[in-house]
Amino acid sequence: MFGQEGALSILTFAPTIGALILAIFRFTSRADDQELIDRNSRHVALATTVVTLIGALFMLADFDSSNPGFQFVHEVTWLESIGLGYRMGVDGISILFVVLTAALMPICILASGAIKKRVADYMIAFLLLETMMIGVFTSLDLVMFYIFFEGGLIPMFLMIGVWGGANRIYAAMKFFLYTLLGSVLMLIAMIFMFQETGTTDITVLLQTEFGRDAQTWLWLAFFASFAVKMPMWPVHTWLPDAHVQAPTAGSVILAGVLLKMGGYGFLRFLLPMFPDASLYFAPLVYTLSVIGIIVTSLIAFRQTDIKKLIAYSSVAHMGFVTMGLFTMNEYGVQGAIYQMISHGVISSALFLCVGVIYDRMHTREIAFYGGLVHRMPVYAALFALFAMANVGLPGTSGFIGEIMTLVGAFQVNPWIAFFGTTGVILSAVYMLTVYRDVVFGEMTNPKLETIVDLNWTEIFILVSLAIGTLVLGLFSTLITDVTASSVDALINQYNAALSATAQ
Amino acid sequence: MAPILIVFGPLFAAAFAGFFGNIIGHRPAQIVTTGFVILSALLSMFVVFPDVAFGGHVRTIDLGTWINVGDFQAGWAIKLDTLSAVMLVVVTSVSSLVHVYSWGYMSHDPHRARFFAYLSLFTFTMLALVTADNFLQLFFGWEGVGLASYLLIGFWYKKKSANNAAIKAFVTNRVGDFGLALGIMALFMVFGSVNFGDVFALAGDNADTTLSFIGMEFNAIELICFLLFIGAMGKSAQFFLHVWLPDAMEGPTPVSALIHAATMVTAGVFLVVRCSPLFEMAPMTSAFVTVIGGTTALFAATVGLAQNDIKRVIAYSTCSQLGYMFFAAGLGLYGAAIFHLFTHAFFKALLFLGSGSVIHGMSDEQDMRKMGGLYKMMPGTWIMMLIGTIALTGVGFPFAMLGWSMGFLPDIGLSGFYSKDAIIEGAFIAGEAGKSFGLFAFWIGVTAALLTSFYSWRLIFMTFHGKFRGEKHVFEHVHESPRVMMIPLVLLAAGAILAGPVFKGTFIGNGASNFWSDSIVGFEQVEGDYAAGDHGEGDHEEGDHGEGADDHHDAVETHAAPADDHGAAVDDHGDAAAGDHGGGHHDVPTWVILAPFFATLFGFIGAWWFYITKEGIGARIAAKRGPVWSVLYNKWYFDEAYHLIFVRGARGLGDLLWKIVDVKIVDGLGPNGLAASTMATARRVAKAQSGYLYHYAFVMLIGVVGLTLWIVAGAGGQ
Repeated sequence: MFGQEGALSILTFAPTIGALILAIFRFTSRADDQELIDRNSRHVALATTVVTLIGALFMLADFDSSNPGFQFVHEVTWLESIGLGYRMGVDGISILFVVLTAALMPICILASGAIKKRVADYMIAFLLLETMMIGVFTSLDLVMFYIFFEGGLIPMFLMIGVWGGANRIYAAMKFFLYTLLGSVLMLIAMIFMFQETGTTDITVLLQTEFGRDAQTWLWLAFFASFAVKMPMWPVHTWLPDAHVQAPTAGSVILAGVLLKMGGYGFLRFLLPMFPDASLYFAPLVYTLSVIGIIVTSLIAFRQTDIKKLIAYSSVAHMGFVTMGLFTMNEYGVQGAIYQMISHGVISSALFLCVGVIYDRMHTREIAFYGGLVHRMPVYAALFALFAMANVGLPGTSGFIGEIMTLVGAFQVNPWIAFFGTTGVILSAVYMLTVYRDVVFGEMTNPKLETIVDLNWTEIFILVSLAIGTLVLGLFSTLITDVTASSVDALINQYNAALSATAQ
Repeated sequence: MAPILIVFGPLFAAAFAGFFGNIIGHRPAQIVTTGFVILSALLSMFVVFPDVAFGGHVRTIDLGTWINVGDFQAGWAIKLDTLSAVMLVVVTSVSSLVHVYSWGYMSHDPHRARFFAYLSLFTFTMLALVTADNFLQLFFGWEGVGLASYLLIGFWYKKKSANNAAIKAFVTNRVGDFGLALGIMALFMVFGSVNFGDVFALAGDNADTTLSFIGMEFNAIELICFLLFIGAMGKSAQFFLHVWLPDAMEGPTPVSALIHAATMVTAGVFLVVRCSPLFEMAPMTSAFVTVIGGTTALFAATVGLAQNDIKRVIAYSTCSQLGYMFFAAGLGLYGAAIFHLFTHAFFKALLFLGSGSVIHGMSDEQDMRKMGGLYKMMPGTWIMMLIGTIALTGVGFPFAMLGWSMGFLPDIGLSGFYSKDAIIEGAFIAGEAGKSFGLFAFWIGVTAALLTSFYSWRLIFMTFHGKFRGEKHVFEHVHESPRVMMIPLVLLAAGAILAGPVFKGTFIGNGASNFWSDSIVGFEQVEGDYAAGDHGEGDHEEGDHGEGADDHHDAVETHAAPADDHGAAVDDHGDAAAGDHGGGHHDVPTWVILAPFFATLFGFIGAWWFYITKEGIGARIAAKRGPVWSVLYNKWYFDEAYHLIFVRGARGLGDLLWKIVDVKIVDGLGPNGLAASTMATARRVAKAQSGYLYHYAFVMLIGVVGLTLWIVAGAGGQ
């Protein structure tokens, strides 16, 4: 199937087709068929995302992991005179993000049972979002990348703004302002790059060497955008608000995929295209990373809202990613990719765990809960597993990412590893505390007496993610074998570029 | 096949009981978990241990790849050498007895299936730890036992104190793991591998390698050992990181016996001994290990004097005994350290399970001030506790060692006598030979032995002797424990009596260097002295084997042949040592050999005087609340200090960073200022328009795309 040209485009735009079908339904039906539309739109969306997932898995099966270059490349000339083209392809770095996105999507659709208003619109937004996200990871052209990268903001913005919580407008605005301001700088940088090289082809740009000064400015411009997306301390403050106001599925996508776009951007643009600047700014990134790990962990410890706590914990875990990426050795970079995939699974699961009790009780206050294990033993067990995974217990995927990024960091400078490793202690502090307060203890709140344990859909979702985190925790080569050759090529090219300028 | 069954049987049982316990009921869950662990124990004792330790069939079974990135490679494996075989026996035998005991102890608990699942899960992770062939799998087991410990301490999750104790245990251990993880990173940096074999083989080549860490230049191996030892301090509750262990007594008593006495807490000792090739090359860190071990041995013993909770006394005793093991390891007496670990597992598990029997009989009362005179009602438990106490305090008389055997009297004593005296005397020899802190450790060992004797007999006297001080209705219900609880006690008592005399020759005597072979490097150099010292009495030990341990007859026979082969080598070495030290054990003065004996005796007499002759004087001292008593009773105020510094510190810092830095500074200067003005504009515009947010959003999307295309097209047109 994937031998054919264009298959990657079909995969990317398959959700859009589903969205179009839904849109046609939605606008041709009469208003009094609302219930029917709602139910059908859930089914259509689920079917679309499952088909996309199957396609992504086929692609993964066809993927040649020994080849470090781009595969399944699809190129259509378009405005050739100005170097603009439609180009798509994946390599060992991007393919797993495509699979992660495709895998989380059906879970989000299934977890959206609590959405009751404008269901069809919601599903359309979700499917468009999927196209945008996959597009980010598959584009091989600057303009396309930018459109997908920014386009993903819109459905997310809507999801928070329309289906979000009480303070949703503030959160949506904050989210949008933060990310857009970063992006404007990136846009300017991209225009500059185009003017310099006359092309927007990423594969060509990857081979281009920019001058030292240019690199510095370009690096800063891209960094502004990706650091916000990541998010890195101190530009992280949009994330807790966005998470708290977003519906559960929105949080899952936000933490599971959208944050990874920042890390992917570092890997695709900053490190290979501006190696001198990356080396120059690496100490800055390390510093911000370890500050992020420590500071946001301490802040997480003091949260009274479960979702905010997990949001801050996400920032801390992303600190390991940025720390690992800029080590530019295979342990750090592989570990960073691992950490991103793993965090995609674990944080999604944790947000879903919060969603489970929020759907039942409509509050996320930690103090409201306590003693849930008495009424919800299955939930307690699964939540415990994900809490431990978040803490980075060996045997779960969280451990691999943390230890590998730290090993990479130690090679560069033990100071970084020293401070980074304190995150291992702090994560245990906040995660076990919140687990104790929510799940253990006596059930003192009478409102909780009627709370019911997980239904089968919830069990299915959480067990799938549990299997994911355990399998990746016990057999890490499933991921590292796919990423190895592309990462090696990236590092070699980086080092070659550095030694070239050194001469 | 047998090793795989030993390790994975308990995992399977844990999964079975954990997933299906609620469906199939308690009894099948208990049968499956107990059955698999007993099977593990039988296979360990009768198949793997003789095969590996005496048959010399050392091997590593590879099970798969865990991590493979560049040189950073770690696999799943079962490493079988003498050290891991000994640990297999300790872990599985105590675990199976604790499983059986729990049938009785937990018989009224509605969540028994979960309890047994946790116990088996613990057993699996502990086995994964001791059979690791690389540092990462060791770390997997290390954190895995931490998880199991967390789950079991907090088993009664309704109790706030149990939950807090569980978190305290996990977090304190994480502080240790912080060091261990950094140690692994450092050794990977230096050696380029995390496999034991590679690392130990390269240790010699890297003796002078230096490593820069937190701004200073260190000898790489010293630094690595130091960081690894931080991990060991956390897991084995050593000074500064000991605070979690006493609180861990919130868990059910069988858990205390298995995890917090016999197995998990000894993992730190195991780590140091496993890394003996590195520690041998790190004299400064080894000295640090000695000091921390010695300090813990003494500190915990002093705190044990003033505690009233029966389990806490034993917990501090465990802490103290672990200190003995560490200072032995720090002085290079690895064989003696593991020997004490081995004997301690039996008698300390016996004491814990015995105290569990008391608590069970006393309707869950743990305060010794409310006990007294129980020996009449619980004679079986009383005898078992006496055996445990005699073994712990190391009662015994070293006839043979003093040369007073008159041809037939061997050393007479229970397990603790052999292992603890070996450590104390070894410390003296090491000190005389110039090891740093050897004499310090010797004196601490003797002093702590006195204190050990005092608090142990205090426990016996307060619990079983004198008048009953509790409430009447409790007294009426005092009963001896059921047979299912007593049988494990009897078996552990047998271990507490025999483990010392039977295995002395093997672990630290003549056969030792052959027994340990390559699993403890550096054995010959240091342990050889001790072996040589004992060599003169070899005949008596052989005799001991024959008489004392018919059930171990096979093992001894298998062992006999290689021991003879090796005899010559030991003789040679003995001569060499004799040349250095002026001959055999005679360089240990008589008073050194007698010192622990008299320390133990004085401790006993003191306890007798305080709690039998002048019964009630202890309570009067406590009532006065003098400064010394207060410091001891309050555990040297460690908890208070840590709470102030770390808990309140973290809270305050977290609030500061959140409410001031994040909200006031970052948000206040950045997005909120912007958002406020944007929102104001948006609201004004919204009045005139449809007001739907997403209309704007789509306008923005189209705008962005249009702008991009326009700019790109325009730029291209130039």
